[in-house]
Amino acid sequence: MKAGQRRQPQSLSHLTGRHPPLNAVPSPRVLSAPLVVEFPFTRSLGPVQSAFLSGLRDRTVLGVQASDGRVVVPPTEYDPVTSEEIRDLVEVGQEGTVTTWSWNGSPRRGQPLRHPFAWVLVRLDGADTALLHALDAPEGPDSVSTGMRVRIRWAADRAGTITDIACFEPAGDSFEPAGEREPATLPEPHTGEFADPVTGIVAPARLDYTYTPGRAQSRYLDALATHRTLGERCPRCHKVYVPPRGACPTCGVPTGEQVEVGPRGTVTTFCVVNIKARGVDIDVPYVYAHIALDGAGLALHGRIAGIPYDQVRMGLRVEPVWAESGRYPDHYRPTGEPDADYETYKELL
Amino acid sequence: MSGQTRPGSGKEPVGVVGIGQTKHVSARRDVSIAGLVREAAARALQDAELGWADIDAVVIGKAPDFFEGVMMPELYLADALGAVGKPMLRVHTAGSVGGSTALVAAGLVAARVHRTVLTLAFEKQSESNAMWGLSLPVPFQQPLLAGAGGFFAPHVRAYMHRTSAPDHIGALVAYKDRRNALRNPYAHLHEEDITLEKVRSSPMLWDPIRYSETCPSSDGACAMVLTDRAGAARAPRPPAWVHGGAMRSEPTLFAGKDAVSPRAGSDCAADVYRQAGITEPRREIDAVEMYVPFSWYEPMWLENLGFAEEGEGWKLTESGATELDGDLPVNPSGGVLSTNPIGASGMIRFAEAALQVRGAAGAHQVAGARRALGHAYGGGSQFFAMWLVGTEPPGT
Repeated sequence: MKAGQRRQPQSLSHLTGRHPPLNAVPSPRVLSAPLVVEFPFTRSLGPVQSAFLSGLRDRTVLGVQASDGRVVVPPTEYDPVTSEEIRDLVEVGQEGTVTTWSWNGSPRRGQPLRHPFAWVLVRLDGADTALLHALDAPEGPDSVSTGMRVRIRWAADRAGTITDIACFEPAGDSFEPAGEREPATLPEPHTGEFADPVTGIVAPARLDYTYTPGRAQSRYLDALATHRTLGERCPRCHKVYVPPRGACPTCGVPTGEQVEVGPRGTVTTFCVVNIKARGVDIDVPYVYAHIALDGAGLALHGRIAGIPYDQVRMGLRVEPVWAESGRYPDHYRPTGEPDADYETYKELL
Repeated sequence: MSGQTRPGSGKEPVGVVGIGQTKHVSARRDVSIAGLVREAAARALQDAELGWADIDAVVIGKAPDFFEGVMMPELYLADALGAVGKPMLRVHTAGSVGGSTALVAAGLVAARVHRTVLTLAFEKQSESNAMWGLSLPVPFQQPLLAGAGGFFAPHVRAYMHRTSAPDHIGALVAYKDRRNALRNPYAHLHEEDITLEKVRSSPMLWDPIRYSETCPSSDGACAMVLTDRAGAARAPRPPAWVHGGAMRSEPTLFAGKDAVSPRAGSDCAADVYRQAGITEPRREIDAVEMYVPFSWYEPMWLENLGFAEEGEGWKLTESGATELDGDLPVNPSGGVLSTNPIGASGMIRFAEAALQVRGAAGAHQVAGARRALGHAYGGGSQFFAMWLVGTEPPGT
């Protein structure tokens, strides 16, 4: 395509979402809910990061000397050019020069400062590489520039993490003059040894999602609210998917036809759980089972109760028991019917 | 490349000339993730007597990033693996990833894209909790009521029902693998005082799976150097030659899924055997390293991989054929039941198969092993990866 041709709106039309849905089933309201994924990872540091973070705790910034003589800050364990192990630690200055920056006008949770600040790459005096951190610049973006001099503002409470450097702050008047201005004493060899070294950190991670289960699952969930289980039949293989997915994973075609299944079903296989699963508040032992609801093309899972756990068996006929609250059946209990023959459910395990 | 085609010049033969592992343990608190992978990679290079400059590309694999909470760790590991200035690829196929990573690396050599490739897989489970990483509370969905073992235990019961296998088979597998592990200095679990009775009397966690029939949680890495015919000719030690390799996938859940003997697994094995010219796997294969995270998966995979007829896998286990001195040793290294750094577990299977045909497996060497199968699976029996390695170059 030649420059200047205005094809873009057309070529993007498939991304704009204005097409009607592929199948003709009326769309229900589509559900969504927050999904927060959060975990405190326990990171072991190894010798080089241990020295670096122990140093920060003790208000000392360490780098490592690479094979070509450059000083790398923060230090790495392996040479960025030769890949050889590098362990010659050096101490660098606590003032440095901004090599580039970006203004952050609306800080988010967990960022170093709550008010607007600049992300900066700072080459500390004596270092050859730059460190990423925050610059507290209360006078706004107009007060920040590449080449400006900054200094470390240490956190009051330091524990051996990168946030022991609370942030950087402007170091007064001076732009770095052309040529070397660094104190002759830096970088200075350092053993990397500290009393009571930091050997691990806890790295809390948090991701905030908005989860939407889509149209097919939303229809299924709406039906569950009235204690009905709704699946979808594949037009090609005729299997009924519960829960429905909007498409058949085997045939790769949309599944539009709604089919009510159950409420009764057959225990196709199971295990007896003797240890508590994380986040599950059920007294052990209990039975976790695969249950093929009558009419369904595959089994779903649930808990079996109303019968001693050691009397549950493959082929047991069960029905759902709903609690006052809860989106899904609380458990399934025996119906009293004769057990199903293995041949009737052997492909629904 | 020249447009001329030499007779028989299809794929470049691929040789495994270097293998390295860490000593697998529950927590390597003395090293970073970079330090851990470095250790395995350096040992593989040492085995091949090569330096970082001899490597043309790096292919790395691990299980979900959630397991350590380092997003795209391959970016941070480039300098630890000598990948600066070279192509680096990351592979992810859940628990089978160690196997599929090796296959991606082998494909690069076979296609003559690169001559010598370093491939590596790792997991540092001590930095997180894999069960947490696998059981995120997805809104609107019914939570899994049973944990990882509870996910697999109903499939084991289905296998037992289908084949009328007696209850004690699982314990036999665990007892064998734990004894084999005592011969492998890199294995995580070294239970010096293991007895069959101890396995059989260990707590029943997810009936029918007992505690001693489950895998541990490990920190570890495994690396291999793969090279072409010319590279193999220069290698200081005998190479293992790749005779076949394949991957297959299928959904975790679909109508008609056979969780006891997934079709993706049997199709994958059939493809590998076809490439390697194997028609009777039981007779022609001398050692198997298969991914057995719960003991009963040994008889299940024996059937799925064509070593036994349907319903007969447990009889092979019961007969002692899969013991180290049997005629089809399975997991001479001690297997996943003794060592499980999840992302690395598949590559350890592939590497241990290669060690066997190189005659380099030490105290767990299968005497005279000339052809060995490495097998990995992952997800809810969703991804499969396998290779067959031999002492002789392919086509000879």
